[in-house]
Amino acid sequence: MDFTGLFSHFGELTTTGLAQGAIYALVALGYTLVYGVLRLINFAHSEVFISGAFAAIWTWSMLGLNQDSKVSGFGSILLYLLIAMVVAALASALAATVIERVAYRPLRRRNAPPLAFLITAIGASITISEAFGIFTRRLPQGVPNLVSNEPLFHIAGTPIRVMEVLIIGAALLMMVGLDTFINRTRFGRGIRAVAQDPDTAALMGVNRDRTILLVFIAGGTMAGVAGLLYDIRIGAVTYSVGFLLGLKAFTAAVLGGIGNLRGALLGGLLLGLVENYASELFGSQWKDFAAFAVLVVLLMFRPTGLLGESLGRARA
Amino acid sequence: MSGITQGIRTFRQAAGERWRTAPRAVRWSVLAAVIIFFYALPNKEFYQYLGPIPTTESNFGQVLFTISIYVLLAVGLNVVVGFAGLLDLGYFGFFAVGAYTVAVLTSPSSDIKTLWPWLAVVPIAIALTAISGVALGTPTLRLRGDYLAIVTLGFAEMIRIAATSSSFLKGQRGFNQIPHPPGEYADGRPIFGVLDARPYYWLVLTLILLVVFGVRNLTRSRVGRAWVSIREDEDAAQLMGVPTFTFKLWAFAIGAAIGGLAGALFAGKQNFVNSQSFELLNSIIILAAVILGGSGNIVGAIVGGGLVAYLIERFRGIEVLGVELYEFRFLAFGVILIIMMIFRPQGLIPNRRRAAELKDRRKEVTVGG
Repeated sequence: MDFTGLFSHFGELTTTGLAQGAIYALVALGYTLVYGVLRLINFAHSEVFISGAFAAIWTWSMLGLNQDSKVSGFGSILLYLLIAMVVAALASALAATVIERVAYRPLRRRNAPPLAFLITAIGASITISEAFGIFTRRLPQGVPNLVSNEPLFHIAGTPIRVMEVLIIGAALLMMVGLDTFINRTRFGRGIRAVAQDPDTAALMGVNRDRTILLVFIAGGTMAGVAGLLYDIRIGAVTYSVGFLLGLKAFTAAVLGGIGNLRGALLGGLLLGLVENYASELFGSQWKDFAAFAVLVVLLMFRPTGLLGESLGRARA
Repeated sequence: MSGITQGIRTFRQAAGERWRTAPRAVRWSVLAAVIIFFYALPNKEFYQYLGPIPTTESNFGQVLFTISIYVLLAVGLNVVVGFAGLLDLGYFGFFAVGAYTVAVLTSPSSDIKTLWPWLAVVPIAIALTAISGVALGTPTLRLRGDYLAIVTLGFAEMIRIAATSSSFLKGQRGFNQIPHPPGEYADGRPIFGVLDARPYYWLVLTLILLVVFGVRNLTRSRVGRAWVSIREDEDAAQLMGVPTFTFKLWAFAIGAAIGGLAGALFAGKQNFVNSQSFELLNSIIILAAVILGGSGNIVGAIVGGGLVAYLIERFRGIEVLGVELYEFRFLAFGVILIIMMIFRPQGLIPNRRRAAELKDRRKEVTVGG
């Protein structure tokens, strides 16, 4: 237990924790969306995320960047980031679509028990992550150094870095976008209707299969952006990192109340902070342990999460 | 194509029917023959006539021991997943608890230096894993099934992190000189030595038979009927007066205890336990084995566990077109899991009642999401 360390680094731990938490939150949105509509833990969502992370790296390498290249000039950096973001979002959305079509839709047709869905999800997750593993020869893939880690300005002695501002800003922007999409558009209304009552929604003319696909695409887009942000933050991606990150993101979703979009945001940020504080207190190897311990304790006392479950209910 | 599948189906149904209607004496003698076959299998004098079945690489007795541990784990997980319908994704965590209990209490490199003999520690290991199962199950079994899946997954990961990071559990350095099971030949050589893996295999095989006997009797009792009712429809079971929570907890604890037994056996054979022995993917492999064989059916679980562990070992060292097949083993698992769930969710050797449930479900109207 090292409380002096916690207090002296409190500001910095908070900012880095929030940056990590923003990534968790973006991935958690995918779990929450699918769960809200299908009551299904999309176990393969971690691989949707990793598809985005790899897609961004391969886009950069196709544009002639490798992990040692330095890019200067604000405009060109922004351009590289935007291109990679679009590709990553597309790749992840595509991965989510494929998973929906291949692994889940056939089971829905047969009205399979929930256990079967979870097992195909695990199967899809292993298949995709192993395919990436074999393709990358199980080696970490490096990320070009695009965003500097220099402090932008200081607040009360705490450096606020460019990278953290970018990550948190981008994540918040995506979330506001998703929130608007779900709450203000026609498609969003369809999603909420199916989440609330699939049969009635179908009777009212909502195309159920298309709505489900839309949910997977929306979640995939978020995960793709999260993949890009992860690349920037960590600097290298191995085929197997999705598993743990997915598990954490799911924890975040449950923490905030699964099926609840704002809950995912809250849970993600909270988890990022808890992890960071715990790693300072107990040593960094206990970081993941703390995250799961929080999950188990929370489920004991508040099984519906901090903000409660809802996607279809009054507020999404 | 459909003619062939139809033919296979008729053959299988006929075989199943024949087995069920065969006189008891015939069934017992077939069973005895199968058991004798497996006891004889690790002897070179026997397996050299079996053509391509023995693995080319390494010691076949050792491979059989690994397979038998997987079979024992599959039988244990089958109680949780197959009978009670609880999805436990962290089953290997209980295996780790069993192995570490033995390691901590027997090894000279442990901090507490109790140095107890292996045999005395095995019951403690089993009890401790059962307790950890209850401790994990109590908060989570009241929740919906999918939460349980994630929490068990988190539990296995927590055990692994604790094993890697805590100084008490030694991390990568691990525990060495864990004692072997007791027993000597007439000439004073220990039965459970380092070189010969066969006695360990026979020990595990014997324990599998005992466990299977126990589990089989349990499933045909009030407890087993309660499990099936929970699996089929938990709300209905509750309304009919089945104390669902208690029985779910029992299933969880029994499954955990079997996992702990397997862990204790593994530690006694291996003589060395460190944090690298407990990769998370193992939990998934055992789950895949149970599903593949036919969850809810003991024979199915045994066949599934044996087949999966055997195929992994069989892939080792075989090259096709310059790539090693072993590299693709998990990819193959993933694909098999998806295909099985879509086309044959009841497994290779299904439990008849479970298959009927699945068939029945298809005709039901979709309710909710």
